[in-house]
Amino acid sequence: MSRLHDMGGRFGDGAVVPEAEDVIFHADWHPRALALTLAAGGLGQWNIDSSRHARERLKPTDYARFSYYEKWMGGLATLLVEAGIVTREELAGKAAPALSPLAERVLRANQVADVLAKGGPAERPSNIAPSFAPGDTVVAKQFAENTKISGGHTRLPGYAAGARGRVLRLHGSHILPDSHAHGTGEAPEPLYAVAFAASELWAHPEHPRDEVIVDMWQSYLKAAS
Amino acid sequence: MGWGSLPFMPHDHSHDDPHALLPSDPALRVKALETLLTRKGLIDPAALDEIIDTYENKIGPRNGARVVARAWSDPDFHAALMADATAVVSEMGFYGRQGEHMVAVENRPEVHNIVVCTLCSCYPWPLLGIPPGWYKSDAYRARAVREPRKVLADFGVVLPDETAVRVWDSTAEIRYLVIPQRPDGTEGMNEDALMDLISRDSMIGTALAGTP
Repeated sequence: MSRLHDMGGRFGDGAVVPEAEDVIFHADWHPRALALTLAAGGLGQWNIDSSRHARERLKPTDYARFSYYEKWMGGLATLLVEAGIVTREELAGKAAPALSPLAERVLRANQVADVLAKGGPAERPSNIAPSFAPGDTVVAKQFAENTKISGGHTRLPGYAAGARGRVLRLHGSHILPDSHAHGTGEAPEPLYAVAFAASELWAHPEHPRDEVIVDMWQSYLKAAS
Repeated sequence: MGWGSLPFMPHDHSHDDPHALLPSDPALRVKALETLLTRKGLIDPAALDEIIDTYENKIGPRNGARVVARAWSDPDFHAALMADATAVVSEMGFYGRQGEHMVAVENRPEVHNIVVCTLCSCYPWPLLGIPPGWYKSDAYRARAVREPRKVLADFGVVLPDETAVRVWDSTAEIRYLVIPQRPDGTEGMNEDALMDLISRDSMIGTALAGTP
């Protein structure tokens, strides 16, 4: 069983509403929430996988009612408290904010361009050799769950769990989110784009030749028997 | 002691999620967090201004349109882009956060590509900027993988039956850029003119390139 963020294939959400290209934010606080999250991330106390997991761990009722950037704020508050950077009393406004020992790492305006341009590549050398090659038939693991940590982070969407697909390409070896999100190391392994026929995933596929491509780590896959 | 004299017992918030300690109004919540982190020395508000200026004014879908227009115009560039998009866009200065590993996927008469992130909102920021509201919406995330043709219809796009749809679910750090088909009647147009036909949505796959 997965969490509410794993919504691929869900019914009932209604129409997708296009919008003009010059609409970037929908409220004054949205860009502030985005920038705050990026700047706090620059303190180096968590990584992209743990920050995704912090958003996913919001209570289902909160995840459903929060707008996009409210989820970001919810995740950020969790990360700040869990990393010991901010106390619950400070968050509640019941204690005077204490200067943080991390203050020397604060992101300055003149560093922003370099930090954004530098990015955070996820490709790593790995001692795990690729088991599959493009064209191979593979089966995704049965449960869209973190194998080691119950309720832990994973990037296997529920709709693809147990499905049979075809390796389309090898992306190289990448950090495994299922490990990295929990501070248990980068554990890089081969990452593939795997193609699944729509008819393998859905009871009512729209077209016999449509496909969904999912990026999957090697440990998400086994060879088809 | 009667019931009436019991003190008012507020809910014990000590086990609530940390965000519940902040003001409930989202704008005030963000303001409270920014103020707190600034007072703790962890945030420089001028850096926030700089980040916002970057994504409002410097990085956006015209970057991606430049890449597509060049791919339409220059066969060598096109071949290099399809072989190693990360290297090619890096050379154009379009490397960065949320675009560290780029793959270009090309629309042809027999296949139409569209990109989604069902688990969150992964998107190639250095080439397309901040994702539009609809890309982050539950409706798009839920439906794009199961009924891409109905989603395309929400954008006014109807594909012929001979065209298969490939939906790319961005579950890892690979970011996909759709190269739309070059429209007829654009022979002889230069890169800058072609860019005007290349919308953000056409590089996500929810639109076709415009016609001259």
